[in-house]
Amino acid sequence: MHARLATADESRSAVALLDVAGVQFVADASGALFWDAEQLLIVSDLHLEKGSSFATRGILLPPYDTAATLARLTTVIARYDPRCVIALGDSFHDAKAHGRLAGADRDAIAAMQAGRDWIWIAGNHDPLPPASLSGSVASEIAIGPICFRHEPTGEAGEIAGHLHPKARVATRGRSIERRCIASDGVRAVMPSFGAYTGGLSIRDRAFAKIFATLAFTVHLLGDNRLHAMPAARCC
Amino acid sequence: MLTPAPELLPDKFLRWFAARGWSPREHQLALLQKARAQRSALLIAPTGAGKTLAGFLPTLVELSGGASRTASTGRGVQRSTGLHTLYISPLKALAVDIARNLERPVAEMQLPIKVETRTGDTPVSRRQRQRRYPPDILLTTPEQLALLLASADAPFLFKSLKRIVLDELHALVTSKRGDLLSLGLARLFRMAPDITAIGLSATVAEPEQLSRFLVPQTPGAIASADLVVATGGAAPIVEMLDTRERLPWAGHSARHALGEIYDLIKRHKTSLMFVNTRSQAEMLFQELWAMNDDGLAIALHHGSLDVAQRRKVEDAMAAGRLRGVVCTSSLDLGIDWGDIDLVINVGAPKGASRLMQRIGRANHRLDEPSRAIMVPANRFEVLECRVAIDAIAENAQDTPPLRTGSLDVLAQHVLGCACGEPFLADALYDEVRSAAPYADLSRKDFDDVVDFVATGGYALKSYERFARIRQGPDGKWRVTNPRVRQMYRLNVGTIVEEQMLKVRLVRSRRGGAGSTGVIARGGRVLGEIEEYFIEGLVAGDTFVFGGEVVRYEALANDEVYVSRASDKDAKVPSYAGGKFPLSTYLAERVRQLLADKSAWNGLPEQVREWLSMQILLSRVPGPRELVVETFPRGGKTYLVCYPFEGRLAHQTLGMLVTRRLERARARPLGFVANEYALAVWAVGDLSAMIRQGRLDLAQLFAPDMLGDDLEAWLAESALMKRTFRNCALISGLIPRRFAGEEKSRRQMLFSTDLVYDVLSKHQPDHVLLRAARSDAATGLLDIRRLSDMLARIHGHIIHKDLERVSPLAVPVLLEIGVETVYGEASDELLAETAEELVREAMG
Repeated sequence: MHARLATADESRSAVALLDVAGVQFVADASGALFWDAEQLLIVSDLHLEKGSSFATRGILLPPYDTAATLARLTTVIARYDPRCVIALGDSFHDAKAHGRLAGADRDAIAAMQAGRDWIWIAGNHDPLPPASLSGSVASEIAIGPICFRHEPTGEAGEIAGHLHPKARVATRGRSIERRCIASDGVRAVMPSFGAYTGGLSIRDRAFAKIFATLAFTVHLLGDNRLHAMPAARCC
Repeated sequence: MLTPAPELLPDKFLRWFAARGWSPREHQLALLQKARAQRSALLIAPTGAGKTLAGFLPTLVELSGGASRTASTGRGVQRSTGLHTLYISPLKALAVDIARNLERPVAEMQLPIKVETRTGDTPVSRRQRQRRYPPDILLTTPEQLALLLASADAPFLFKSLKRIVLDELHALVTSKRGDLLSLGLARLFRMAPDITAIGLSATVAEPEQLSRFLVPQTPGAIASADLVVATGGAAPIVEMLDTRERLPWAGHSARHALGEIYDLIKRHKTSLMFVNTRSQAEMLFQELWAMNDDGLAIALHHGSLDVAQRRKVEDAMAAGRLRGVVCTSSLDLGIDWGDIDLVINVGAPKGASRLMQRIGRANHRLDEPSRAIMVPANRFEVLECRVAIDAIAENAQDTPPLRTGSLDVLAQHVLGCACGEPFLADALYDEVRSAAPYADLSRKDFDDVVDFVATGGYALKSYERFARIRQGPDGKWRVTNPRVRQMYRLNVGTIVEEQMLKVRLVRSRRGGAGSTGVIARGGRVLGEIEEYFIEGLVAGDTFVFGGEVVRYEALANDEVYVSRASDKDAKVPSYAGGKFPLSTYLAERVRQLLADKSAWNGLPEQVREWLSMQILLSRVPGPRELVVETFPRGGKTYLVCYPFEGRLAHQTLGMLVTRRLERARARPLGFVANEYALAVWAVGDLSAMIRQGRLDLAQLFAPDMLGDDLEAWLAESALMKRTFRNCALISGLIPRRFAGEEKSRRQMLFSTDLVYDVLSKHQPDHVLLRAARSDAATGLLDIRRLSDMLARIHGHIIHKDLERVSPLAVPVLLEIGVETVYGEASDELLAETAEELVREAMG
């Protein structure tokens, strides 16, 4: 059967269900996770102002990444209308990044924050709270059996980011590489949400510290839906 | 009327020629005369005509009297009073080779001339010395010239320059390196207005066009260098192998003819075997060794092999110790490898001029004919070989026309200019337009490029404070800080290497699937391989590399680990086609040959029979026609057409036709393209749809597919992203090297694909996207050729509604499963892979 046949289902299959430590999350093709019972939306590694961060060093990347990332985030937030948003660390590419935000981008963040709680988890790129923006700051936060923090430790119930997981599937002489959510049902590592953030292969040694074996699943972010694949099938 | 030799050549030279039993050739004297008249000249000469000596003779003569040009440093060291001649070659190996060849006349005639090379391998200390105490003749590459021009020493270094010699000009001008060189030349002509240029070139289709490259252009007029064409040279003897074996329908291996190739090697002193790709070279080499009962010294040479290994082969070759060398275009250019008495071209020639240059490798003496044998690997290649042989007999050329200079190279050059000295935009614009490839550059494009170099050229003006160059109160643009200079120096050049990975041979650890453990380190390095090829492999796949079948084990730390495989055949046939598409000229001739039945006499019996069957069962395309066949097979419908426009154009056509078929609800599944044909297969009954008028072929192949459809496809095309990446690297948007260390793409902190996505969404008319689109027109996507084809066939589409596959369609269908099957929609491929796994798991 050819995949095109699934076209009619595309809008519905933009999400998949993902169990972590007994909690059911909705995995969104954008790379966000939604916890329905808590009305909680989680995104990781926004890396806002990455473009301008490189520009300070003479590499003049197009200055559109922040707007692009925020536009995608706005769409996801509109889709789920969560009570609370957790930004899982490295929301800003460097410690001075929030100071470089353009006025329009600042407004876009404020608009998303209106009427809901917003938690900035500290990351290695942005250990300081963004004083000029609202939202609360935490190094990690536990809700029920789940612990949200930036750098994964491998602990049961942990949802983390930091590693920017991506996976490559080779088939018939071609290969497709996508960002992905990596999870073994006990813990999960989220992909980066930022427009300029690449990824680290899930076969990299860094992941062996989180997942002892390759018996975990990657959910590749397709254009319109997620594709679950055994990690052992990827490279 | 040519001045007689004694007037042009000092006695010393006449005696030297006489002592060697030579007499000066006419074209050598002609160049001396041009030099005396202060004229720039383009010398067109075949291999072996003494081209290089001709290029240097004027300089050697001018410097031969020259005690006045050297001054004593007081310590007995003679130092030159300035650079006289700059020689530029496309290969640093060639520069080194030429330096060695020049030593002889200089030493034998005791000329007071200092010759030095300057390449990426030249030690820093010598480079610094060269800038202060330049030699009389400096041999270098386009990249080194750019670096010299970007230094503050440039005005001093080049003020004494009299001449510039450009070797292998035909090869240099076809790429972005030619653009860079042309801009460097424009700079030189401004710094030293009295210099003249000598271009050395193999025979080209448009010598007048090429000669414009050598002189500054002025708006509204065409300036050209004088043409000197070397006459004579025995016509080569080129034949097609008249195989006793059955001619294959498809494939590129020429396995059927191995025995005959081996016999040819045995019967000749040294044979050079040209193939089009690394993998073909690997295969041929491996097979020849398997049958090498006589222990003939046969070697392998291609660009991916370890450098030390390549040098070993080259040395053995020069020493005459080899009977045969299997090589790729890595040996195309003019380095002298000694006495070769036979060139065997295995596979398709792709272009008449390219073939002629390869054949020129045999027998470097002008008065004896070169001998070459063509070995077509399949039936279509027989046609291609036939017309190439005819073209050579007529001395017809099919070198590509002169390029339009690209904007990413211009960006690099503008930054280089600022690194040298502050510039005024108006003056630089005029200077740039004096370079032939940029003669028609618009002021807007130029200004956009300057803006790009300064602050990225973004509509959103947020990078003013990070500017790399800035305009001063005097109106001049200058570099804002020293780091910019360093970045420029580290990233100069236009050669964007395919990302290569080292291949290491280790012991197999079979059964290790699922382990995250790291493979044993170490192991012998076999060479390097393209990253994109490895990305398509899964552990356990076998392929041929370094002359043996190896098994892919793992990719770790940017190195590919392979083990020795016992399999005789590799599972993955690495890109069998080749990077050069069939030339437009040969394609045209193939179409004519097909259409003219009386010309089939020159074809082997098997091929004539194949074509006759095609007439009987379907139709052989006429010169303007596009024959489109549809037929059912295995529950699908196939659509096969024969544009003969080369693989790249066919791939682009395949992408666009597939999109249209999707919209027509024909549910296409995939397509495969080769040099001659395109095959698309679909779930829908295409034949019925055409019969019932639900699918209109004229609309399917209408030229308007190059409009919105193309734009939509380009936006997500992987090939387009690769094209953009090259532009981003060359233009300096993204550095290839930071402060001395080279970053691989893996280590890079962002991917150019992501930058492309964001930029094409937010500023689709950005100057780099324009540069990438213009590359796409002639590069990986060959859109220009496709558009010419669509115009040609408009109103000449002939549909054959068949019950089964036609003889002409067999070759391309056989490539399904061998060649990569395309389809950009990666979501579908992912879903398909997932489904395969489900089937596996559920039995």
